[in-house]
Amino acid sequence: MGIVSNLRRAAAATGLAAAVAMVSTAALAAGDGKHPEKLDWQFEGLFGTVDVHSAQRGLQVYLEVCSGCHSLKQVAYRNLHALGFTEPEIKAIAANFDVIDGPDSEGEMFERAAIPSDKFVSPFPNEEAAAAANNGANPPDLSLQVKAHPGGANYIHALLTGYADAPEGVEVPEGSNYNAFFRGGFIAMPPPLFEDGVEYSDGTAATVEQMATDVVNFMQWTAEPEMEQRKKTGFKVVIFLIILSALLYAGKRKLWANIDH
Amino acid sequence: MSAGNQQPIGNGLVKWIDTRLPVFSYLQKEYAEFQSPKNFNWFWNFGAILTFMLVLMMITGIFLAMQYQPNTELAFDSVERIMRDVNFGWLLRYMHANGGTFFFIAVYIHMFRGMYYGSYKNPRELLWILGVVILVLMMATAFMGYVLPWGQMSFWGATVITNLFSAIPLVGDSIVTLLWGGFSVDNATLNRFFALHYLLPFLIFGVVILHVISLHVSGSNNPLGVDPKGPQDTVSFHPYYTMKDSAGLAIFVTIFAFFVFFAPNFFGEPENYLPAAPLNTPAHIVPEWYFLPFFAILRSINFDIWFIEAKLGGVIAMFGAIFVLFILPWLDKSPVRSAKFRPMYKWFFWIFLLDCLLLGWVGGKSPDDFVMKPTVVVEAELDEIIEEAQDGRSFTSFKVVLDGKEVTSVGEFKKFIEEKGGDDDEVPAGFTEGEAVYETGLRVIHLGYLSTFWYFFHFIILLPLLGVFERPKPLPKSISEPVLGGGTAGASATAKPMEKA
Repeated sequence: MGIVSNLRRAAAATGLAAAVAMVSTAALAAGDGKHPEKLDWQFEGLFGTVDVHSAQRGLQVYLEVCSGCHSLKQVAYRNLHALGFTEPEIKAIAANFDVIDGPDSEGEMFERAAIPSDKFVSPFPNEEAAAAANNGANPPDLSLQVKAHPGGANYIHALLTGYADAPEGVEVPEGSNYNAFFRGGFIAMPPPLFEDGVEYSDGTAATVEQMATDVVNFMQWTAEPEMEQRKKTGFKVVIFLIILSALLYAGKRKLWANIDH
Repeated sequence: MSAGNQQPIGNGLVKWIDTRLPVFSYLQKEYAEFQSPKNFNWFWNFGAILTFMLVLMMITGIFLAMQYQPNTELAFDSVERIMRDVNFGWLLRYMHANGGTFFFIAVYIHMFRGMYYGSYKNPRELLWILGVVILVLMMATAFMGYVLPWGQMSFWGATVITNLFSAIPLVGDSIVTLLWGGFSVDNATLNRFFALHYLLPFLIFGVVILHVISLHVSGSNNPLGVDPKGPQDTVSFHPYYTMKDSAGLAIFVTIFAFFVFFAPNFFGEPENYLPAAPLNTPAHIVPEWYFLPFFAILRSINFDIWFIEAKLGGVIAMFGAIFVLFILPWLDKSPVRSAKFRPMYKWFFWIFLLDCLLLGWVGGKSPDDFVMKPTVVVEAELDEIIEEAQDGRSFTSFKVVLDGKEVTSVGEFKKFIEEKGGDDDEVPAGFTEGEAVYETGLRVIHLGYLSTFWYFFHFIILLPLLGVFERPKPLPKSISEPVLGGGTAGASATAKPMEKA
């Protein structure tokens, strides 16, 4: 407790420093990372929809590759209905994970298999455990990553496929990997995707490119599960408002026609 | 009292109520029969639009507050729960978040309209001042509202902005502690920000009522800036302006809806979708777009002025930029209201508007970034290298030979020069060779200096001078005259060009 509050106090002090730094010095503009390529995604545009098949494969990539380190705390297993999974399928996916529940009537905590109403089970019990298991770097929760970066889906895709050997003269620190798309160029996450790293049940060839696209489609859905409903509702609302505006404008013209102004 | 003496209106229940509480005759008088100049253009729509936005923000906000948890452990997840599990929660939150943006768009248009047409001048000074009070309350409300989702920008924005108060001499640190409710931005801060974020809109509502009462005493200004001379110059508010306001409002809401449904995060900062991490400072901390001009003014004072330190100077300038609006009615000495009849002010108005946009752009950039491709300077003169190093220049490459040894550290070089007692007039022995490369050119901060200077120059120097030196064009005799009389307006008015508005 004492350590935590001291750290907080230190953070407040650095906040002060940050305020001053912003006033006087430059941000590390050079370290912002390479610009990701803009790709075509089915979810983009006024009528964009979730690429359900790709997102389903993306779930598989998440479960078999990412979920070893990354949590997905905002999403519940029951939400997978939206990706076309059936109740028994969802129950089966949830049952692979254990959650701590309780206390029971004896006052004891107990372990049970997860059920559809549970949120996706995190790989580590807390942030400290996650950081300890990953050289001090805490793997971020993936629920909102697509919304949390200016480049969005393109950025995540570029990051996953953008691992390369460091250019000559660049020394990669111990425990880091070179990725030009990451801010600063060095990322703690080792290259996560390898050719045939997963075996897709629908027979799609699991290239790195394919897996990256699929998992990004999945993460787009986890970030904005309301997207399809939002755009469909929005279409009706905007059409209604355009007609309403036109009628009111016409009414105004008629009303003012006999006023000299 | 006088309202009570009026003839009650309606019949039956309406009349019964109106006799005892004259709400219906009040509405009839102030919103139906109320006489308004007939020559408003569409910029006079924004009062109605702002009223709508305030009510929309309050309604969506109340429903969001039913689901939101003002606790650092729960806040971020509770917002995500609203987005995912609450029925149409995403709609409530996106309307509220984008509502803030559109509220400010409308209020800024409303204010620039007031500036262009001189709506703050006698007898509407207090009306304008109440408007500026509303603006200040809106800014405080918006700032605290942005903290509530407890994302990275929420936390760091709050930390940076509250820290500004520590620049105030003597009591600064105590004020910051009071704002925080502790020694850092933490749970207590979030709690009080939530309480105040819920309270302030009701204060805004109260000041809006005063704003409207004041408006209904003096009557509205109009694009010509001349007072209505009789019934031929006005129309009743209903149905003429209720209809026009409805049409304008519908168009405004259509644009608003487009962003809510199709680009809800367009105005937001992506990093606020990462939970607040007090130990992890984001690379760029920027406020919401509507604060950027003021943020630019804050950062542009990065030098000490006499005994005032740069940080305090920036804070004074930032608050001064808002305060100067309060005294605008007395800075602008010209008796003519509308810029239509002010040949010089008209131009300076547009320059001022561009200046505010430039300030906004500057506020969103890193001050040390180059505006255009920088010039690369390769310096091999030894005395020049000493001078640049002592000025604190940052080099892209630096190489000197000291006592026959190659050194690339600027710090080490400066220490060497200091020890040898050298300066740019005297190159010490041992420093025999060197090459320093740096970039130079127009930086964002330079535009910040310029636009900050112009902001204050416009208000404090230009406006008072224009009132003295500008020769206004002849004013029309009445609102109806240019409407009906066409070209004859000028001829009769030239006789007395300085006729007051």
